[in-house]
Amino acid sequence: MTIDLNPLSFSNQPDADGRFGSYGGKYVAETLMSALAELEAVYRQLSEDADFQAEFDYDLAHYVGRPSPLYEARRWSDEIGGARIFFKREDLNHTGAHKVNNTVGQALLAKHMGKPRVIAETGAGQHGVATATIAARLGLECHVFMGAEDVQRQSLNVYRMKLLGATVVPVTSGSATLKDAMNEAMRDWVTNVDNTFYIIGTVAGPHPYPMLVRDFQCVIGREARAQCLAQNGKLPDALVACVGGGSNAIGLFHPFLNDETVAMYGVEAGGLGIETGQHAAPLSAGSPGVLHGNRTYLMQDADGQITHTHSVSAGLDYPGVGPEHSWLKDIGRVNYVSANDEEALAAFHKTTRVEGIMPALETAHALAYAERLAATMTPDQHIVVNLSGRGDKDILTVARLEGIEV
Amino acid sequence: MSRIAACFTELKARGRKAVIPYIVAGDPGVELTVELMFTLVEAGADIIELGVPFSDPMSEGPVIQRGHERALERGMRLRGVLEVMTEFRKHNEHTPVLLMGYANPVEHMGHAQFADRAFASGVDALLTVDIPPEEVAGLNHELRRVGMDNIFLIAPTTPAARMDLIAKEASGFIYYVSLKGVTGAGNLDREAVARSVAEIRSHTSLPICVGFGIKDGPSAAAVAAVSDGVVIGSALVQRLADVAQAGGDDAAVLAAARDMLSDIREHVDGNVSSAA
Repeated sequence: MTIDLNPLSFSNQPDADGRFGSYGGKYVAETLMSALAELEAVYRQLSEDADFQAEFDYDLAHYVGRPSPLYEARRWSDEIGGARIFFKREDLNHTGAHKVNNTVGQALLAKHMGKPRVIAETGAGQHGVATATIAARLGLECHVFMGAEDVQRQSLNVYRMKLLGATVVPVTSGSATLKDAMNEAMRDWVTNVDNTFYIIGTVAGPHPYPMLVRDFQCVIGREARAQCLAQNGKLPDALVACVGGGSNAIGLFHPFLNDETVAMYGVEAGGLGIETGQHAAPLSAGSPGVLHGNRTYLMQDADGQITHTHSVSAGLDYPGVGPEHSWLKDIGRVNYVSANDEEALAAFHKTTRVEGIMPALETAHALAYAERLAATMTPDQHIVVNLSGRGDKDILTVARLEGIEV
Repeated sequence: MSRIAACFTELKARGRKAVIPYIVAGDPGVELTVELMFTLVEAGADIIELGVPFSDPMSEGPVIQRGHERALERGMRLRGVLEVMTEFRKHNEHTPVLLMGYANPVEHMGHAQFADRAFASGVDALLTVDIPPEEVAGLNHELRRVGMDNIFLIAPTTPAARMDLIAKEASGFIYYVSLKGVTGAGNLDREAVARSVAEIRSHTSLPICVGFGIKDGPSAAAVAAVSDGVVIGSALVQRLADVAQAGGDDAAVLAAARDMLSDIREHVDGNVSSAA
């Protein structure tokens, strides 16, 4: 990993207060403020430390299996007949998703800070699995908070975490999904702040998390950019990634932000349709507010209460989004769009049958939009889709939705 | 002088410590909240802390979380809390009331509109758990404009340098969070609280009240002895919820509130043996 020294405007965020424009910041209880300050100081020092960088790069290469390939989805692109679609194969990472890039980085921070215990929130379970995995490898005690509803719909990942030695804590408060898991993780952190490192799974939360998670995930975009130049001799015309909290999207987008010719599309979960209100698309249909330590777009009612979300994919079922995405939306650098449950399921089947690649339901939202976008473009144009995770974890969900007993 | 400043001046003159009960507005009943506030005042409350229900109360333990959920189910929102305040002020001009809650409902209403409406309804101060001094400039500008106090938390993890920063933004009193954790957790270490309060005093001349972990008369008395006042939250919310859930009517809930607060008042005032 290298720190981005590019002085251009898109890549010098956040400012010293952790703000991306008017978004971000540190909206947490006083008990956590000094822990955040300590984390920021350690991170700023280690991110310029050659030994730490070498350790991180080694783990990404030998434990995660990087670089991940850039794969041309030829048959699917031919079928659509528009732009050529390339998959950035984060599904081939160890543990099957992009999440592990970040957990490897944060676990190294925990190790350097001498914290023997790590906690994490998880929605689909991918971040929980990635955290439990790295905790097992480093011998750290690990507690994963997961909404009780998600524990049900992602039972395979729950068992994986247990096999890895983690304690999975079902959260029954509120809507019993990802946001409530994050509330509970914050409550644990505030109680055990002395010995505990909170490994946040996305580019949300209080500063410095949105910055450091982004920095760890930027390996996706740096590789993709170099691979496009090497394999295709040019930059892509468009990038597409799904956005829940937005870590896989920012990881892909960020290294391209100053490439003016590259269009970017963040795909939110449209659920039953934006017009129904049953969705998880704060950038498409929400408004700015404060939740989980940062100012960002939220799904909220007329009284500023956070509203329940709906998505077929547990990993996108979140009422907020990383603050950098809110900023990128407002300045118009990234287009935020949505794909609904039905379109995501269709894309899940399509890429499974046509490319032999079974995507996570989260990723399937990006694929659904990429299909729409590609059809409006020409074969000399290229789209890179972040194939952010593999779909094995979703097999039971898909079967259940289709009335099939497995 | 603000109601809160006047309250502490009066307490000091009488050699008393502040007793500050916390209830969640709308819990255990929307109609009951104003009556409950009157009862708490009659039983010895010097200041009332009124929780503003929020969908994601990140710093609350399970007891107060459930209080927020019950209040929200009954339709209590920030606007409703201000209506409760208007009603309360029709009959009580004296007792300071502070709202305790989370940033988003206030942010959503807008700082200026919140300040105007809260002040007009008789609210004296605001405590937003998730707005530290670093993020408070805009809100504090509006609160000061109308003359409302902003109460800040200081935690066991707060270093000395931050105490100065907090003291600069705070008014009314300082709320010392006596333990690491969420509301309703753990047990107090009186000596540690005494040391922390002494440290905070070297950074501010504001009164220092202590909350989190005060369960009953004896623990309230122990903490009051080394501070300027005590906040009783989870234990009271739990007691009222227990009575309501066991089928107790409004009168039973009010009686439980009166009993509990009177007992705490007596202990804090030193009218019972500390061995009790």
